[in-house]
Amino acid sequence: MKRAGLWGLVAVAGLALAIALPHLGVPSFYISLASQMWIYAIVAMSLDLLVGFTGLVNFSQAAFFGMGAYAAAIALTRYHIAGFGAQIGLGVLLAMITGAVFGIVALRSEGVGFIIITIALNEIVWGLAYQWVSMSGGDNGITGILRPPLATWDLSDNTSFYYVALGAYSIALALLVMLVRSPFGLVLRGVRDSPRRMRALGYNVWLFRYIAFIISAAFAGFAGVLFAWYNQFVGPVNLALDTSTQFLIIVILGGIGTLYGQLLGAGIVVFLSNGLSAVTHRWVLILGAVYVLIVMYAPDGLVGLGRRLAARARGRRAAAVPVESLIGEGADG
Amino acid sequence: MNVTFYAQNVLGGLAYGSLLFLIAAGLTLVFGMMRLVNLAQTAFYLLGAYIGLTLLAHGTNFWFSGFAAGLATMAVGFAIYAIFLHRYHADDLTSLLLTLGFALMLDDGILALWGGDPHSVQPPAALAGSIHIGSLVFPQYWLAVIAISFMVAVALFFFQRRTMFGAIIRAAVDDEEMARGMGVDVNRAFYIVFALGAFLAGIGGLLGGPITSAYPGLDGELTPLAFAVIIVGGMGSLVGAFVGAIIIGLINAFGKALFPELAYFTIFVPVALIMALRPSGLFGRKP
Repeated sequence: MKRAGLWGLVAVAGLALAIALPHLGVPSFYISLASQMWIYAIVAMSLDLLVGFTGLVNFSQAAFFGMGAYAAAIALTRYHIAGFGAQIGLGVLLAMITGAVFGIVALRSEGVGFIIITIALNEIVWGLAYQWVSMSGGDNGITGILRPPLATWDLSDNTSFYYVALGAYSIALALLVMLVRSPFGLVLRGVRDSPRRMRALGYNVWLFRYIAFIISAAFAGFAGVLFAWYNQFVGPVNLALDTSTQFLIIVILGGIGTLYGQLLGAGIVVFLSNGLSAVTHRWVLILGAVYVLIVMYAPDGLVGLGRRLAARARGRRAAAVPVESLIGEGADG
Repeated sequence: MNVTFYAQNVLGGLAYGSLLFLIAAGLTLVFGMMRLVNLAQTAFYLLGAYIGLTLLAHGTNFWFSGFAAGLATMAVGFAIYAIFLHRYHADDLTSLLLTLGFALMLDDGILALWGGDPHSVQPPAALAGSIHIGSLVFPQYWLAVIAISFMVAVALFFFQRRTMFGAIIRAAVDDEEMARGMGVDVNRAFYIVFALGAFLAGIGGLLGGPITSAYPGLDGELTPLAFAVIIVGGMGSLVGAFVGAIIIGLINAFGKALFPELAYFTIFVPVALIMALRPSGLFGRKP
């Protein structure tokens, strides 16, 4: 109880800080990056639902995210559908359809096979965005995306949009926490830990994975729409394999299966990649090296790394736990 | 839609498929043996292309440049495996994420060293001409690529089926633990196969130069095709990689000709069909 109370206090303090942030004299550029952090945290949580709670390491999360973003961008610039709710609805719907199709194809296999197929599927969608110039603008992407007002609230300035992103994150977090704590979430964890046992108990393992896949796609698509508004530009890079990997790195950094932790991972990756790109042209090179270091030394997230460092300071040895061991038996069927 | 159209695209698809085979052979052998998904494989291809180009620019013979580029790429691949990847042999996800980190580093390193402009590669003078049959015009060089890739495939089959080392590879694929128990140095085989995969991709880079040219981002464009090849052919199967490369090469060629904007999407069809009918691929074994 005491521990729960402490975390409650931390959450309330964090929320108060998040609400106060734009009024603390922080430069507008950082407020804008913080909006990106909320958005990326939503995608990371959606991916965590699959990796951490269902045991599915999905490399096509960027495809869902990008589909949401492109849906909003194309709806606005080509079909003049400018409503706040309409764009979110379209983005989420397109992402869910993508998830439904991908799920049918990818969930035929498990483990590494699943990973390889989601890589291929993600890259096929990337190819579509890259080559279908008349629809997607090809490599030049889609520019001139204006943020729709929320009822009468104009979102074109960074501070207003920051609050929308924060609100969206809070809603997504609440929904996902409720989901993983529900009986449905419990079955998902069963599927992650021992699909064979769940099958023996009469659960349709495939169906639970499939539903989780589509729900995850919906949240990623939701984040994609927000990203299109945030960035006011959508390009093939937003649904490239590199972006899928970035999401997975966020989940690993934040801690697989933690949901809350994804905010930490998202914050670090967003501020690090933007900070690096401001300082050096070779930021991708450094980012690649950082990925390698994270996977080698912090596969169980920053919290795990902290614990190991603390143990070492106390003179005890603790080995890093490989990523696989954190996603349960579901990864191997 | 006449005979010329079909002949042109069949030959073009075979040439492109030949390059895909050189990439996918390493991918599938490495996966089959070590369960390692090497996402840096197409970056190896690009690295080979650029190293070969630099050698060509210094007046080196085309074939020698290709071979040397293969060796240099092999050295890079070997170093990555020997320093990092071999430590994570049993962790498929860890090693996969590591190769992605290295792919990013290779991409950006290539961009830093050679700049962002696309480089076209001239085929060797003896093969620079075209063959004319009726209204069909086909570059001689493409035929040479098809022939070379076919010879590489035959050599690899022979190597895998008829040599002692090939037997070690097959044993390690079938039952690694048992092979170890029989005193086979499986680890040494891992190093060699990974290096071989990088070597083939590196050679493919310059060899494919006159067809794909070389530019940053080419590796990303080849990744979906290479992965489609091993999914369709069956992960871990060399024959599968060969057949898969031909299928994907042809579909890609006709896709580009018929639906230029949706070419990548046409790849989705064979992938989805295979997953529906035979999830382990045409020549793959059940896991």
